[in-house]
Amino acid sequence: MDKNDLLINLEGISFKYPGGPMVLKDLDFKLSRGNRIGLIAPNGSGKTTLFHIIMGLLKPFSGKLEIFGKLVREEKDFADVRRKIGLLFQDADDQLFSPTVLEDVAFGPLNLGKSKGEAIEIARRTLNFLGLYGFEDRITFKLSGGEKRLVSLATVLAMEPEILLLDEPINGLDMKTKAKLTEVLSGLDLSYILISHDFDFLAETADAVYTMEDGRIRLDKELHVHEHVHAHELGTYPHQHDVSEDKTQKPEVRRQKTE
Amino acid sequence: MISEPFATGVSMIHRLDPRIRVGLTVLYSFVVALAYQFPVLIAALSLSSILIAISRVSIKEVFSRMVIVNVLILLLWLVLPFTFNGKILTRIGPFAVYLPGVVLAAQITLKSNAILLAFIALIATMSLATLGHALRRLGAPEKIVHLLLMTYRYIFVIEQEYLRLIRAAKIRGFRPGTNANTYRTYAYVIGMLFVRAAARAERVHQAMLCRGFNGKFYSLQEFQLGFASWAFAIIMTAIIFALIIMELSNG
Repeated sequence: MDKNDLLINLEGISFKYPGGPMVLKDLDFKLSRGNRIGLIAPNGSGKTTLFHIIMGLLKPFSGKLEIFGKLVREEKDFADVRRKIGLLFQDADDQLFSPTVLEDVAFGPLNLGKSKGEAIEIARRTLNFLGLYGFEDRITFKLSGGEKRLVSLATVLAMEPEILLLDEPINGLDMKTKAKLTEVLSGLDLSYILISHDFDFLAETADAVYTMEDGRIRLDKELHVHEHVHAHELGTYPHQHDVSEDKTQKPEVRRQKTE
Repeated sequence: MISEPFATGVSMIHRLDPRIRVGLTVLYSFVVALAYQFPVLIAALSLSSILIAISRVSIKEVFSRMVIVNVLILLLWLVLPFTFNGKILTRIGPFAVYLPGVVLAAQITLKSNAILLAFIALIATMSLATLGHALRRLGAPEKIVHLLLMTYRYIFVIEQEYLRLIRAAKIRGFRPGTNANTYRTYAYVIGMLFVRAAARAERVHQAMLCRGFNGKFYSLQEFQLGFASWAFAIIMTAIIFALIIMELSNG
């Protein structure tokens, strides 16, 4: 495999919040170009923490972070990481802070040094891509929950990232918005990691599903017998056969640390 | 729910350039606040009322705001007429009512109402977001403007959190009264609001960092000075000058 295809490489990451137990313990994780990884694990197992470490919002205790083949350590290294990785926050109210939708979506591009005209153009295009027509002048806090989530996604996509980190993107969404998001994600030509508790959603949007246990990430190795009487990894998750079997056999997926 | 009832109208004033409106209102307020001649103050109050009429805002809402201000002014009427020395106007029981106190109270009443009405007609008729951008264009410091806009954005979220906390207390049978339990509960609610607001601020800052925030804000709003805005600016400036001349020539 080409070395350039390894986008994120975490080795031996450990992290704990002050006064708390170890959340991540000697965690190894790799994300390669084109990977669409689902992360399903109990609350409090450190999924969000993992995302924040990748973005440099939290500093790990120990371990090594390589992103796009470069070792990242300092705040200034992360400035570059943040323009290439888009993080969708759990709570859309954290993400949308500008008065109007257009300003919020244009905020990222402007920070990347685009001119006002270009930023508006990118913002419009992104909103239209997500089917948010006529949202430009809407007031962000007056949007509905589903609209807020989609606009948040627009603010992230407007930065034209190479990787997306989505923290429970369908939490609290209705069926229609959920379907919309599934469709959008399937159509994106991006690598991403998805945190979700929804098996059906992950089955449609992720090629591989991992879980977290004891502060580490692992591929669910148990064999699960299911209805059409055969068994293999991820058998507990609804899936299409050719797809899931193919993708889980990828060597780089196999290399993930397992128990 | 916190609301902006005046901002959504469609009157001629709503269409004027926000910068013109902000600038003129500030100038006008200073002139009115510094004037002492009754003809000037009465003229100003009339002008403000005319502006309210032009802006076609809900008179009911305007009154509800005037009540708040005038309750405060009522307190002045209860105190000022009795505390100044000078010509005695009349006596109420053992108290003397002094003319200078009455004059001062009347001036304050006229000034406050004139300024309040002008602000409702000219400033409250734009959304706070627009006001922020207008202030920025007029040269207000960037940090102040963004403090204003961020406060505006998150006051709603904090209000929601407050309502959630109060609801949580209510469904468990909380009834406010004059007792230690009530005070403690309110203290918890307020404490919790501070904690949540701080945590929220932290997360918002993280979200901003993730989108490449480097300490600079950009404004996308473009303002256009149309013919109506210029005409309004000229007429208003002329009226303000007339008020100044009236004030000076009578004094």
